[in-house]
Amino acid sequence: MLSVDHVEKFYRKGGMFSGERQHVLKNISFACKQGESLGIIGESGSGKSTLGRLLLGIEKPDHGTILFEEQRVQNRRTRLGNISAVFQDYTSSINPFYTVEQAVMEPLKLQMKVPEDRKSKLVTLLHQVGLDSSYLKKYPHELSGGEAQRVCIARAVATEPKCILFDEAISSLDGSVQIQVLELLKSLRNIYNMGYIFITHDIQAAAYICDKVMIIRSGQIEEMVDVEHLKDVQSAYAKKLLQMIIS
Amino acid sequence: MELLKKIMMDKLAAISLSIVAVTIVVGIFAPLFAPHDPYEVHMELRYASPSWEYLLGNDHLGRCVLSRLIYGIRPSVLWVLAALALSVGIGAILGFIAGYFRGKTDAILMRICDVMLSFPGYVMTLALIGVLGVGFENILLAFILSKWAWFARVIRTAVMQYAESEYVKYAKAIGVSNMKIMVKHIVPVSFSDIVVVASSSFGAMILQISGFSFLGLGIQAPHAEWGMMLNEAREVMFSRPELMLAPGLTIIIVVMALNFVSDALQVALDPKLMSSQNKSYRNATTSAGKLQGKEVA
Repeated sequence: MLSVDHVEKFYRKGGMFSGERQHVLKNISFACKQGESLGIIGESGSGKSTLGRLLLGIEKPDHGTILFEEQRVQNRRTRLGNISAVFQDYTSSINPFYTVEQAVMEPLKLQMKVPEDRKSKLVTLLHQVGLDSSYLKKYPHELSGGEAQRVCIARAVATEPKCILFDEAISSLDGSVQIQVLELLKSLRNIYNMGYIFITHDIQAAAYICDKVMIIRSGQIEEMVDVEHLKDVQSAYAKKLLQMIIS
Repeated sequence: MELLKKIMMDKLAAISLSIVAVTIVVGIFAPLFAPHDPYEVHMELRYASPSWEYLLGNDHLGRCVLSRLIYGIRPSVLWVLAALALSVGIGAILGFIAGYFRGKTDAILMRICDVMLSFPGYVMTLALIGVLGVGFENILLAFILSKWAWFARVIRTAVMQYAESEYVKYAKAIGVSNMKIMVKHIVPVSFSDIVVVASSSFGAMILQISGFSFLGLGIQAPHAEWGMMLNEAREVMFSRPELMLAPGLTIIIVVMALNFVSDALQVALDPKLMSSQNKSYRNATTSAGKLQGKEVA
């Protein structure tokens, strides 16, 4: 479904005329099958969020290609209704001028498939993420962090996309809410058969929800393993990461 | 309509809005509202104090001050508003493009703005008048040419901050077109910034127009303009200070009303401010009786 081929990304350092460039992603290649969940794990500055932006087509890679069902992901028609995202910062994830209803309607309207019974569709969606219909008329500043993140998830699953990218989506929530959201994601996955790409620095959360885990370090893929074989990782860095959790 | 209702809930805003609306209507239909011909000279009525026939008195040539004030709305308010709208429009379009797309587009547009901004405004205007000749239109043209760059820069900064936010990122990710993102997401949230910038320079623009009229470069003598009326009254400032009152107060009232309207608009558009205001409004109604007593005192 998603195939990434020899992707490189540079960011310019300094001003307009400085030639110095920072090499953020180096030769990244991997593939992700339909309905499969991939966890991308790395420490701060490892380039995992940059990779996320490239996968969403918000930024273009400097070299290499990212294909979603054989089509370039930069082309917004490819992404339309197929890819969605949930971001880390729930406070700015919903336009402050939109009610919850308007926010969740946005992707549906875009696809021109506003359901006849849009009210009941919205209520169902909210119900699935554990909110009731009284939230429809609320503005983002009236929601708590966990509620806002749930609305974002409802918005992301509204069009039943084939792939949702979570960029540190649960890191900013507190422990008990994190578990609730993870449970929610697991159950939603069973309902809609979606693939997740889960960008995080939290191995435990990734292991809980993903089928495969990719460990990334300073812009390079360090290792890619199935979750079942997570304990037999080969590279020294991955071993060290795991060691840190156990101890 | 919903918006109008919200604005009307705030008394100050409602009054300001009606002042602005009345000013505009009276200005457009000036010949209908003016009691006298603003150019009619009555030397026997020089500096006459207000009477029933001439409600605001007469100026140094015995012309009706009220009629001149009413005719002065056109250049002082309507044309200034039009020029302002045009330069804010140009600035907004360029600011949106620069702030949203960033990169090379941004760099090129901002360098052009820098060039425009490095000309001193008054010198630009004088140069343009030197080339095109004396006249009110030329001053307005010079205003548009020298102000848009400033608006573009301010609006770009506002847009940039919103273009980075996660809801814009989300909209991009699900494949909303850039145009639609700008219209649906960025315009509403940055609208209040634009309105504040525009309304704050409205007062400055009226004053600058009067300044140029004072130098004899703008509106020409018999025509009425608030700044020029103020200037004519200035000559007799110590013997008849009351002549400055009418144009001076009008300028202050209209500029203030516009500022209040823009403030109220900002509050009415922003759900965050709106809900907190609604709450205070509800609280206020409960203690309205007490407040009224205080107001009288």
